[in-house]
Amino acid sequence: MPADLLQSVTALCCSARARRLLGLWILLATPLTLASAASQPSTGALQAATQRLVIVLARERRELPPPLSLLDMPAPDDALAGAKLAINDNNTTGRFLNQEFVLEVVQAASEELIAEVDDHVRHGAAFVVLDASPPTLLALADLMKDRNVLILNAGSSDDLLRGEDCRRNVVHTAPSRNMLTDALAQYLVWKRWRRWFLVVGTEPGDQAFAEAVRRSAKRFGGKIVQERSFNLDPGNRRSDGGHEQIQEQIPLFSQNVPDYDVLVAADESGQFGDYLPFRTWDARPVAGTQGLVPTSWHPALEQWGATQFQNRFLRLANRPMRALDYNVWVAVRSIGEAAARTKTLSAPDIIAYLRSNEFELAAFKGRKLSYRSWNGQLRQPILLATPKLTVTVSPQPGFLHQSSELDTLGTDKPESMCKAYASQ
Amino acid sequence: MRTARHSTLKALAFLAALVAPGMLNAYTVYVTNEKDNTVSIIDSGKLEVVKTIKVGQRPRGVTLSKDEKWLLICASDDNSVQVYDTETMQLVKTLPSGPDPELFILHPAGNPLYVANEDDNLVTVVDIDKDTVVAEIPVGVEPEGLGISPDGKLLVATSETTNMAHFIDTASHNIIDNVLVDSRPRVAEFTPDGSQVWISAEIGGKITVVDPKTRQILAKIAFEIPGVNADAIQPVGVRISRNAKLAFVALGPANRVAVIDTATFKVEKYLLVGQRVWQLAFTPDQKLLFTTNGASSDVSVIDVDKLRVVRSIKVGRYPWGVVVARH
Repeated sequence: MPADLLQSVTALCCSARARRLLGLWILLATPLTLASAASQPSTGALQAATQRLVIVLARERRELPPPLSLLDMPAPDDALAGAKLAINDNNTTGRFLNQEFVLEVVQAASEELIAEVDDHVRHGAAFVVLDASPPTLLALADLMKDRNVLILNAGSSDDLLRGEDCRRNVVHTAPSRNMLTDALAQYLVWKRWRRWFLVVGTEPGDQAFAEAVRRSAKRFGGKIVQERSFNLDPGNRRSDGGHEQIQEQIPLFSQNVPDYDVLVAADESGQFGDYLPFRTWDARPVAGTQGLVPTSWHPALEQWGATQFQNRFLRLANRPMRALDYNVWVAVRSIGEAAARTKTLSAPDIIAYLRSNEFELAAFKGRKLSYRSWNGQLRQPILLATPKLTVTVSPQPGFLHQSSELDTLGTDKPESMCKAYASQ
Repeated sequence: MRTARHSTLKALAFLAALVAPGMLNAYTVYVTNEKDNTVSIIDSGKLEVVKTIKVGQRPRGVTLSKDEKWLLICASDDNSVQVYDTETMQLVKTLPSGPDPELFILHPAGNPLYVANEDDNLVTVVDIDKDTVVAEIPVGVEPEGLGISPDGKLLVATSETTNMAHFIDTASHNIIDNVLVDSRPRVAEFTPDGSQVWISAEIGGKITVVDPKTRQILAKIAFEIPGVNADAIQPVGVRISRNAKLAFVALGPANRVAVIDTATFKVEKYLLVGQRVWQLAFTPDQKLLFTTNGASSDVSVIDVDKLRVVRSIKVGRYPWGVVVARH
């Protein structure tokens, strides 16, 4: 009974009723509590010392080839700026609830990263927002098993992490590849561009993206009329000149394809995809990893109140917001939102709330976001965008679902291979 | 010359109202069009647009001074509040408003003006006669909705990302309480007797009714419309009739206005209006309610007694705010 009462006091800390309840609680409480309350003014107990919650942002240093376009060079504070903005947003809210959020940043190669995160966790951190490769994520998740730690995957779209290789202590704010290709497929089908020419790079990520495209085609009625592997070496981005050869290579590569509506590129590391538009043998649009791209965020989105959000980010980071920044922002805000709703900084309570049906996050996508109960994936609308503007947002009209239309994107409950979540 | 024509139109409208028995009173309805930087002026007797004027960039919130000589417009992308002469529709002055003003509310006494600055988490208090900033009140992330008690003593500001309603004492400018509501609160509206404040949450899809004295939550009102996806039900604009019997809530992309019995908090009816309905305004006699429908670029007119949509009027692109003058 007293525990229940205490809980209701905490749950209503800001209302006048809470003050009365609190008074009642103090009267009913032990003499020790009474003594400490008596020494303070009546509202003093409410202005209890601000509690602090540490959120760790962990980024794995990886060797990535430079992108084709100078415009795509990742900013040094990629992900970090998104985390900072969310911490600011959490703290503006936290000010009214005596909650303070602190960001701790770890950037290192895989093994060192895991060791450093472990160190932070030993010092009390319970939330790790992670941008890392799948093997690093799995190693960290397994190390943190049974330690009341939640890992929020903001960087990897790997479907195995949501399926066969899923872990109970991981949720995903980054959309999965399946979500991305489903979003694209829905639009192409809505547009009646059903015949696709799939061009796949040689990297493992390219292969995985291509697999997701094949799955989406089957799901939504797209037809892959031909598939080709792109293994020409288009040359070093930084070499002088180069367009002359590309202009010759791409038309040759894309000759003699059965009639198709769209070229779908699978080039996750951006080694050739941007060479495809305006160079194909047939005059066809390009979509996929380049051209019309499915993404969780776009720096020019202005719908749903996003303008203010973009402005806040721009002022903080002096650059536009990218998808990774957004995924990280959503992760950190999810923690803040759960803390505000539960009015506690207790990690198990926040984690339980974040996973519950009650949880909802407003995140400038025009509808509430929440985490799927079968694999911890954030359900969210996916933008389809060109480099400058959003073209459309999936799910598309007409793609229905019995519980949430957002679940037409990605792996749905009946097909989930994630056992770690199913057993809970 | 524009002035003369406008006055003539007004005079004609007035005459038309006089000579046509049974016709509705002719009031002037001002609608801000967010995308094409204009204000559409509608004659509520004729139910048609009589004039369109160019204003500042991205006009959203709109209100009238107490004497109705001034039309005040939040020109969000110009970071100012513009003041227009309602007689001539010429720009009189711009008020210092703080960056990105979206919505505002005038003190019942006629001054000051409380402006929500979405971009920097402030409510700016502006003296509209002296053109000065009286105070800046730090609130949560992205303040938007502002409601003021009929006695002018209590201001309620909603923060969209903080999901709170902040209760502010207008004498001291201090926040006296914060009430957590559902996701993305957009509008706060007091009942005419000041005993309740209704707060809409766009993403949460609910209305929270709060007792402003105790800051207790009195009711949560949810909406359910057959055939409409729950995620599309996004309450924004709230208006409560003077006799406090009915509340009207604009439901955004659900394209409906909910009619709620304020005694029972039950939804009595859903009225189908244009697409993405956001803000609402009564005529002074409360016979008509105008709704701004952003995505269909029109205004729906609701007959308040019959609870029927009687007209839709094409306005500029993405109508946002609406206010009705007595004249």
